[in-house]
Amino acid sequence: MRLQVSTRLAIFAVLELTAREGHQLAVADIGKKYGVSSHHLAKVMHVLGRAGLVRSVRGAKGGYTFVGNPRRVTLLDVVALFEDLSSTDQGNGDTATPEDQALREILSEIDDIALATLGSVTLSTMRKLVDRRRLDRSSRRPRSRRLDGFGRVQEIQK
Amino acid sequence: MRVAKDTSAEEKNGVSAVRVRRVQAADIPDVIALDTRVTRIAKGQYWNDVFRRYGRRRPEERFFLVAERSQQRAESRLLGFIIGEIRAWEFGSTPCGWVFALSVEPKARLHGVGSALLNAICEEFKKAGVSKMRTMVARDARLPLLFFRSEGMMAGPYTQLEKDLE
Repeated sequence: MRLQVSTRLAIFAVLELTAREGHQLAVADIGKKYGVSSHHLAKVMHVLGRAGLVRSVRGAKGGYTFVGNPRRVTLLDVVALFEDLSSTDQGNGDTATPEDQALREILSEIDDIALATLGSVTLSTMRKLVDRRRLDRSSRRPRSRRLDGFGRVQEIQK
Repeated sequence: MRVAKDTSAEEKNGVSAVRVRRVQAADIPDVIALDTRVTRIAKGQYWNDVFRRYGRRRPEERFFLVAERSQQRAESRLLGFIIGEIRAWEFGSTPCGWVFALSVEPKARLHGVGSALLNAICEEFKKAGVSKMRTMVARDARLPLLFFRSEGMMAGPYTQLEKDLE
Protein backbone atom coordinates (compact mmCIF):
# COMPACT_ATOMS: atom_id res chain seq x y z
CA MET A 1 0.00 0.00 0.00
CA ARG A 2 1.39 3.36 -0.97
CA LEU A 3 0.67 6.47 1.06
CA GLN A 4 0.85 10.02 -0.20
CA VAL A 5 3.61 12.25 1.15
CA SER A 6 1.03 14.29 3.11
CA THR A 7 -0.29 11.16 4.81
CA ARG A 8 3.17 10.00 5.83
CA LEU A 9 3.96 13.49 7.13
CA ALA A 10 0.74 13.56 9.13
CA ILE A 11 1.63 10.23 10.76
CA PHE A 12 5.18 11.38 11.53
CA ALA A 13 3.89 14.69 12.92
CA VAL A 14 1.36 13.10 15.30
CA LEU A 15 3.99 10.60 16.42
CA GLU A 16 6.39 13.48 17.19
CA LEU A 17 3.67 15.28 19.13
CA THR A 18 2.54 12.20 21.09
CA ALA A 19 6.17 11.61 22.10
CA ARG A 20 6.09 15.05 23.76
CA GLU A 21 2.77 14.90 25.54
CA GLY A 22 1.70 18.27 26.89
CA HIS A 23 4.40 20.15 25.00
CA GLN A 24 4.04 22.02 21.76
CA LEU A 25 6.27 21.62 18.77
CA ALA A 26 6.83 24.18 16.03
CA VAL A 27 6.06 23.17 12.46
CA ALA A 28 9.60 24.22 11.52
CA ASP A 29 11.09 21.73 14.01
CA ILE A 30 9.06 18.82 12.66
CA GLY A 31 9.76 19.90 9.08
CA LYS A 32 13.49 20.06 9.77
CA LYS A 33 13.56 16.50 11.12
CA TYR A 34 11.78 15.07 8.07
CA GLY A 35 13.32 17.40 5.49
CA VAL A 36 10.08 19.04 4.35
CA SER A 37 9.08 22.64 3.96
CA SER A 38 7.13 24.34 6.76
CA HIS A 39 4.64 25.43 4.11
CA HIS A 40 3.80 21.84 3.13
CA LEU A 41 3.68 20.69 6.74
CA ALA A 42 1.47 23.64 7.76
CA LYS A 43 -1.18 22.41 5.30
CA VAL A 44 -0.98 18.93 6.81
CA MET A 45 -1.27 20.33 10.35
CA HIS A 46 -4.28 22.37 9.30
CA VAL A 47 -6.10 19.17 8.24
CA LEU A 48 -5.14 17.46 11.51
CA GLY A 49 -6.37 20.51 13.43
CA ARG A 50 -9.69 20.52 11.61
CA ALA A 51 -10.10 16.85 12.56
CA GLY A 52 -9.54 17.74 16.23
CA LEU A 53 -6.32 15.78 16.59
CA VAL A 54 -3.96 18.72 17.12
CA ARG A 55 -4.32 22.27 18.39
CA SER A 56 -2.17 25.25 17.53
CA VAL A 57 -0.79 27.37 20.33
CA ARG A 58 0.09 30.94 19.44
CA GLY A 59 2.95 32.95 20.84
CA ALA A 60 6.74 33.08 20.83
CA LYS A 61 6.98 29.47 22.02
CA GLY A 62 3.92 28.47 20.08
CA GLY A 63 3.43 25.42 17.94
CA TYR A 64 1.20 22.39 17.82
CA THR A 65 0.12 20.05 20.56
CA PHE A 66 -1.65 16.68 20.24
CA VAL A 67 -5.14 16.75 21.76
CA GLY A 68 -6.46 13.30 20.87
CA ASN A 69 -6.11 10.12 22.92
CA PRO A 70 -3.06 8.22 21.61
CA ARG A 71 -4.53 4.98 22.97
CA ARG A 72 -7.70 5.48 20.94
CA VAL A 73 -6.60 7.22 17.72
CA THR A 74 -5.49 4.70 15.11
CA LEU A 75 -3.41 5.01 11.96
CA LEU A 76 -6.65 4.57 10.04
CA ASP A 77 -8.08 7.73 11.66
CA VAL A 78 -5.10 9.72 10.37
CA VAL A 79 -4.81 8.03 6.98
CA ALA A 80 -8.54 8.53 6.28
CA LEU A 81 -8.04 12.31 6.48
CA PHE A 82 -5.70 12.30 3.49
CA GLU A 83 -6.37 9.20 1.39
CA ASP A 84 -9.39 8.07 -0.56
CA LEU A 85 -10.25 4.83 1.21
CA SER A 86 -13.35 4.07 -0.78
CA SER A 87 -13.42 0.57 -2.19
CA THR A 88 -11.38 -0.23 -5.28
CA ASP A 89 -14.68 -1.42 -6.74
CA GLN A 90 -14.85 0.42 -10.05
CA GLY A 91 -17.35 -1.53 -12.09
CA ASN A 92 -21.08 -1.45 -12.41
CA GLY A 93 -22.59 -4.37 -10.51
CA ASP A 94 -25.27 -5.08 -13.10
CA THR A 95 -23.09 -5.07 -16.18
CA ALA A 96 -19.86 -6.40 -14.65
CA THR A 97 -18.47 -9.49 -16.31
CA PRO A 98 -17.66 -12.56 -14.19
CA GLU A 99 -13.99 -11.63 -14.67
CA ASP A 100 -14.70 -8.13 -13.28
CA GLN A 101 -16.58 -9.58 -10.34
CA ALA A 102 -13.85 -12.10 -9.52
CA LEU A 103 -11.16 -9.42 -9.69
CA ARG A 104 -13.22 -7.07 -7.53
CA GLU A 105 -13.62 -9.81 -4.93
CA ILE A 106 -9.83 -10.22 -4.68
CA LEU A 107 -9.20 -6.46 -4.56
CA SER A 108 -11.85 -6.08 -1.88
CA GLU A 109 -10.05 -8.77 0.15
CA ILE A 110 -6.85 -6.69 -0.05
CA ASP A 111 -8.75 -3.53 0.97
CA ASP A 112 -10.30 -5.30 3.97
CA ILE A 113 -6.92 -6.49 5.21
CA ALA A 114 -5.32 -3.05 4.74
CA LEU A 115 -8.13 -1.26 6.58
CA ALA A 116 -8.17 -3.80 9.43
CA THR A 117 -4.40 -3.44 9.83
CA LEU A 118 -4.45 0.36 9.90
CA GLY A 119 -7.45 0.32 12.24
CA SER A 120 -5.71 -2.02 14.69
CA VAL A 121 -2.66 0.13 15.35
CA THR A 122 -3.10 3.06 17.74
CA LEU A 123 -0.62 5.94 17.94
CA SER A 124 0.42 4.59 21.32
CA THR A 125 1.21 1.19 19.76
CA MET A 126 3.10 2.95 16.95
CA ARG A 127 5.18 4.82 19.53
CA LYS A 128 6.12 1.52 21.18
CA LEU A 129 7.07 0.15 17.76
CA VAL A 130 9.18 3.22 17.00
CA ASP A 131 10.93 2.93 20.38
CA ARG A 132 11.62 -0.75 19.76
CA ARG A 133 13.11 0.00 16.33
CA ARG A 134 15.22 2.74 17.89
CA LEU A 135 16.50 0.29 20.51
CA ASP A 136 17.24 -2.36 17.82
CA ARG A 137 19.12 0.23 15.85
CA SER A 138 21.25 1.42 18.75
CA SER A 139 22.14 -2.14 19.76
CA ARG A 140 23.13 -3.14 16.23
CA ARG A 141 26.77 -3.40 15.29
CA PRO A 142 28.04 -0.71 12.94
CA ARG A 143 27.00 -1.33 9.37
CA SER A 144 28.20 0.02 6.09
CA ARG A 145 25.78 1.07 3.39
CA ARG A 146 25.66 0.55 -0.34
CA LEU A 147 23.10 0.98 -3.09
CA ASP A 148 21.54 -2.15 -4.51
CA GLY A 149 20.69 -2.67 -8.19
CA PHE A 150 17.44 -0.72 -7.77
CA GLY A 151 19.13 2.30 -6.20
CA ARG A 152 17.84 1.41 -2.73
CA VAL A 153 20.07 1.76 0.33
CA GLN A 154 21.22 -1.60 1.67
CA GLU A 155 22.87 -2.00 5.06
CA ILE A 156 25.73 -4.48 5.25
CA GLN A 157 26.66 -6.06 8.58
CA LYS A 158 30.43 -5.69 9.12
CA MET B 1 2.59 -29.18 37.85
CA ARG B 2 4.18 -25.81 37.33
CA VAL B 3 2.25 -22.83 38.51
CA ALA B 4 2.30 -19.51 36.73
CA LYS B 5 4.06 -16.81 38.73
CA ASP B 6 2.04 -14.23 40.56
CA THR B 7 1.92 -11.18 38.38
CA SER B 8 1.70 -8.07 40.46
CA ALA B 9 0.38 -4.85 39.05
CA GLU B 10 -0.12 -1.52 40.71
CA GLU B 11 -3.50 -0.74 42.16
CA LYS B 12 -5.28 1.17 39.45
CA ASN B 13 -8.80 2.49 39.47
CA GLY B 14 -10.18 -0.09 41.81
CA VAL B 15 -8.52 -3.19 40.34
CA SER B 16 -5.99 -4.37 42.88
CA ALA B 17 -2.87 -6.36 42.02
CA VAL B 18 -3.54 -9.26 39.69
CA ARG B 19 -2.52 -12.82 40.43
CA VAL B 20 -2.27 -15.30 37.57
CA ARG B 21 -2.38 -19.03 38.32
CA ARG B 22 -3.39 -22.34 36.78
CA VAL B 23 -7.10 -22.96 36.51
CA GLN B 24 -8.81 -25.22 39.07
CA ALA B 25 -12.08 -27.13 38.78
CA ALA B 26 -13.72 -24.63 41.14
CA ASP B 27 -13.00 -21.80 38.64
CA ILE B 28 -15.01 -23.32 35.80
CA PRO B 29 -18.43 -21.95 36.86
CA ASP B 30 -16.83 -18.47 36.95
CA VAL B 31 -15.19 -19.07 33.53
CA ILE B 32 -18.54 -20.13 32.08
CA ALA B 33 -20.30 -17.13 33.64
CA LEU B 34 -17.67 -14.68 32.32
CA ASP B 35 -17.73 -16.19 28.83
CA THR B 36 -21.54 -16.11 28.79
CA ARG B 37 -21.54 -12.43 29.83
CA VAL B 38 -19.01 -11.56 27.11
CA THR B 39 -20.23 -13.72 24.20
CA ARG B 40 -23.91 -13.99 25.19
CA ILE B 41 -23.78 -17.68 24.31
CA ALA B 42 -23.90 -20.15 27.19
CA LYS B 43 -21.69 -23.15 26.44
CA GLY B 44 -21.10 -24.97 29.70
CA GLN B 45 -20.39 -28.34 28.09
CA TYR B 46 -17.69 -26.80 25.90
CA TRP B 47 -15.89 -25.20 28.87
CA ASN B 48 -16.07 -28.36 30.96
CA ASP B 49 -14.52 -30.22 28.03
CA VAL B 50 -11.83 -27.52 27.61
CA PHE B 51 -11.03 -27.83 31.33
CA ARG B 52 -10.63 -31.61 31.00
CA ARG B 53 -8.31 -31.22 28.00
CA TYR B 54 -6.37 -28.05 28.87
CA GLY B 55 -6.70 -27.78 32.64
CA ARG B 56 -5.73 -31.35 33.47
CA ARG B 57 -3.89 -33.04 30.62
CA ARG B 58 -0.32 -32.46 29.39
CA PRO B 59 0.38 -29.46 31.64
CA GLU B 60 3.89 -29.18 30.21
CA GLU B 61 2.46 -27.91 26.92
CA ARG B 62 -1.12 -26.85 27.68
CA PHE B 63 -1.84 -23.75 29.71
CA PHE B 64 -5.22 -22.69 31.06
CA LEU B 65 -4.53 -19.72 33.33
CA VAL B 66 -6.87 -17.49 35.28
CA ALA B 67 -6.40 -13.99 36.69
CA GLU B 68 -7.83 -12.99 40.02
CA ARG B 69 -7.42 -10.14 42.46
CA SER B 70 -4.53 -10.70 44.83
CA GLN B 71 -6.80 -9.59 47.62
CA GLN B 72 -9.90 -11.58 46.83
CA ARG B 73 -13.26 -9.97 47.27
CA ALA B 74 -16.54 -11.76 47.46
CA GLU B 75 -17.90 -10.44 44.17
CA SER B 76 -16.47 -11.17 40.70
CA ARG B 77 -13.37 -12.98 41.95
CA LEU B 78 -12.29 -14.08 38.46
CA LEU B 79 -10.92 -11.22 36.35
CA GLY B 80 -10.15 -13.19 33.22
CA PHE B 81 -8.62 -16.28 31.68
CA ILE B 82 -6.30 -17.30 28.87
CA ILE B 83 -5.78 -20.66 27.20
CA GLY B 84 -3.01 -21.79 24.91
CA GLU B 85 -0.83 -24.70 23.99
CA ILE B 86 2.37 -25.54 22.22
CA ARG B 87 1.73 -26.99 18.79
CA ALA B 88 4.27 -28.29 16.36
CA TRP B 89 4.55 -29.01 12.64
CA GLU B 90 1.01 -28.05 11.75
CA PHE B 91 0.95 -25.90 8.60
CA GLY B 92 4.68 -26.58 8.37
CA SER B 93 5.37 -24.55 11.52
CA THR B 94 8.15 -25.28 13.95
CA PRO B 95 6.92 -25.56 17.58
CA CYS B 96 5.21 -22.39 18.76
CA GLY B 97 2.75 -21.29 21.42
CA TRP B 98 -0.84 -20.76 20.28
CA VAL B 99 -3.26 -18.65 22.30
CA PHE B 100 -6.80 -19.59 21.35
CA ALA B 101 -8.86 -17.98 24.12
CA LEU B 102 -8.52 -14.79 26.13
CA SER B 103 -11.31 -13.10 28.03
CA VAL B 104 -11.32 -10.29 30.58
CA GLU B 105 -14.17 -9.24 32.82
CA PRO B 106 -15.63 -6.15 31.06
CA LYS B 107 -15.61 -4.08 34.28
CA ALA B 108 -11.92 -4.87 34.83
CA ARG B 109 -10.70 -3.99 31.32
CA LEU B 110 -8.00 -1.36 30.69
CA HIS B 111 -6.34 -2.18 34.03
CA GLY B 112 -3.65 -4.57 32.84
CA VAL B 113 -5.48 -7.87 33.37
CA GLY B 114 -5.15 -8.96 29.72
CA SER B 115 -1.46 -7.97 29.70
CA ALA B 116 -0.84 -9.93 32.92
CA LEU B 117 -2.48 -13.03 31.42
CA LEU B 118 -0.62 -12.71 28.13
CA ASN B 119 2.72 -12.14 29.88
CA ALA B 120 2.12 -15.15 32.10
CA ILE B 121 1.35 -17.51 29.23
CA CYS B 122 4.31 -16.16 27.23
CA GLU B 123 6.54 -16.98 30.22
CA GLU B 124 5.13 -20.52 30.24
CA PHE B 125 5.76 -20.86 26.51
CA LYS B 126 9.33 -19.64 26.93
CA LYS B 127 9.96 -22.04 29.83
CA ALA B 128 8.66 -24.83 27.60
CA GLY B 129 11.29 -23.90 25.02
CA VAL B 130 9.43 -22.04 22.28
CA SER B 131 10.29 -18.54 21.11
CA LYS B 132 7.20 -17.63 19.07
CA MET B 133 3.62 -16.99 20.12
CA ARG B 134 0.65 -16.84 17.74
CA THR B 135 -3.02 -16.16 17.87
CA MET B 136 -5.84 -15.50 15.40
CA VAL B 137 -8.28 -12.59 15.60
CA ALA B 138 -11.32 -11.79 13.46
CA ARG B 139 -10.59 -8.75 11.27
CA ASP B 140 -13.66 -6.95 12.58
CA ALA B 141 -12.92 -7.70 16.25
CA ARG B 142 -11.50 -4.25 16.94
CA LEU B 143 -10.89 -4.54 20.68
CA PRO B 144 -8.86 -7.77 20.64
CA LEU B 145 -6.94 -6.53 17.58
CA LEU B 146 -6.03 -3.28 19.34
CA PHE B 147 -5.02 -5.23 22.44
CA PHE B 148 -2.76 -7.76 20.70
CA ARG B 149 -1.18 -5.00 18.61
CA SER B 150 -0.50 -2.96 21.74
CA GLU B 151 1.28 -6.01 23.12
CA GLY B 152 3.69 -5.89 20.18
CA MET B 153 2.11 -8.58 18.00
CA MET B 154 2.49 -8.22 14.24
CA ALA B 155 1.04 -10.06 11.23
CA GLY B 156 2.65 -13.49 10.88
CA PRO B 157 3.73 -15.39 7.78
CA TYR B 158 0.45 -17.31 7.38
CA THR B 159 -2.77 -16.34 5.64
CA GLN B 160 -6.00 -17.87 6.83
CA LEU B 161 -8.18 -19.18 3.99
CA GLU B 162 -11.65 -20.68 3.99
CA LYS B 163 -14.54 -21.67 1.70
CA ASP B 164 -18.21 -22.42 1.95
CA LEU B 165 -18.99 -26.13 1.72
CA GLU B 166 -21.97 -26.55 -0.54
